[in-house]
Amino acid sequence: MRRTEFRALRLRALWRGLLHSEGGSGDRIVPPTGITAQLTLFSAGAMAFLAVFALALALASGRLAERWSSELGQSVTVRVSAPAAEQEARAQAVLQILQATPGAGRPRLLSEDEVTELLMPWFGPDMPVAALPVPALIDLPIAGDDFDAEGLRLRLEAEAPGAILDDHTQWRRPLVSAASRLRVLGAVSLLLIAGASGAMIALAAKAALAANGQVIRVLRLIGARDITIATAFVRRFTRRAAIGAAAGTLLGMGAVALLPDMSAAGGFLTGLGFQGWGWLLPLLIPVISAAVGFLATRWAALTMLGAVR
Amino acid sequence: MIEMQEAGFGYQDGAELLSGMTLSLQPGMFHFLTGPSGSGKTTLLRLLYADLLPTSGRITAFGQDLRGLGRDEIAALRRRVGVVHQDTQFLDHLPVAENVALPLAVSGQGVDMTALRDLLGWVQLGQQARALPPSLSGGERQRAALARAVILSPDLVLADEPTGNLDWDMSMRLMQLLIELNKSGKTVLVATHDLNLIRAAKAQVAARVLRIAGGKLQLAGADL
Repeated sequence: MRRTEFRALRLRALWRGLLHSEGGSGDRIVPPTGITAQLTLFSAGAMAFLAVFALALALASGRLAERWSSELGQSVTVRVSAPAAEQEARAQAVLQILQATPGAGRPRLLSEDEVTELLMPWFGPDMPVAALPVPALIDLPIAGDDFDAEGLRLRLEAEAPGAILDDHTQWRRPLVSAASRLRVLGAVSLLLIAGASGAMIALAAKAALAANGQVIRVLRLIGARDITIATAFVRRFTRRAAIGAAAGTLLGMGAVALLPDMSAAGGFLTGLGFQGWGWLLPLLIPVISAAVGFLATRWAALTMLGAVR
Repeated sequence: MIEMQEAGFGYQDGAELLSGMTLSLQPGMFHFLTGPSGSGKTTLLRLLYADLLPTSGRITAFGQDLRGLGRDEIAALRRRVGVVHQDTQFLDHLPVAENVALPLAVSGQGVDMTALRDLLGWVQLGQQARALPPSLSGGERQRAALARAVILSPDLVLADEPTGNLDWDMSMRLMQLLIELNKSGKTVLVATHDLNLIRAAKAQVAARVLRIAGGKLQLAGADL
């Protein structure tokens, strides 16, 4: 069997076959496949349901990475360490330097209560924080593009010993990295789901083609072209994949819509839903599922027809 | 129409079933192909509709060498050659009428219901149009197979032991239909081991009788 003989199974011809009925007989030449049809519908639906969540995870991770990246990049912290007697004076000196820094907003020295609140998660509510040698903390908003963190760091080193600039890079980077990896995992999950769907539909199609070996043989004997036979199977499985995936997608979108809104609690898991135009993206899942079904069944039909003259 | 030139067919293990066959099927002729069971009658017919390819020699159909045909060209050839298979080969999930009309459906042609009814009437299956093939008798199945073989108005009709499982009356009824086809201008080749059937048919139609013996094809003698 020469593979070039299957040119007639080109995608465009199969696509035309999908869109046009053959006077009602096109679908009927393949016997009903009963449980195979229901399993294909169920599997496509289940995969689409999972795909909705993988897509939601990927989109939410992307948003999270962007938010963390931008929010943390909007301010820096200056830590002033000095003996208790000199701390106030040094903090004021640093504030003067910061006020004169190009691109910097208005610096604000955190009050003792604010510092205590920041440390509470580590030391607990009863710890006398005031008795500890805690450095003074200055929050400095970044107001302009001309803000030069590295230049400010060098200036503080030279003019205000004990003052250290923290632009949050150290702990921001792993968080952004984690969120980015979650996004990649979501995308990989989508690819795996598409691959598993394709494999499942190809197996179902191969089973149906094998079970209908005699039908294919008869059709060839009476002069049916490969495209006619393949189209009958491709149409059936593509429709099943699309219908099953549409149902699974709608259920998945419903489930995502029922998740608590992010503003209600502010946590990552509560922000898993779609936002705005993002709600349209899951609607691509049935289309992609149909395309996967189309290609998988075409491959299965091509393999099977090769065994029949 | 179909020419065989020193054509032969052998299995992959090297055993040769048919060899050196030279045959010309002329338009409008009626042919019988006879020989004992296992002599290669079915194999010869399968060679004619490209279900098998000759392992030696050459077969041309309608001017095309069968060896060089692509899959779509084979399909096109089979729409010009109607075949009544020994085991009838129906789609059991479709009613008789749809099975008979199947060649039209797979070749993208619409079904003329009046013509289909006439055809079913011609083979006396008007009452069984909606029946499923498994519920038909042997004779009905063969007549339905004949109707399917001719629905595309092919140039050539091949029948492989069409009366193999039928009683004498039913065999003659079927043979009558084949003779009518030939008289309407179709070329007919019937493979059968039943010499009495051939003798009875020859009383009604001028037929050439070919015999396969020892893997060779020859014209039958005066005994037929």
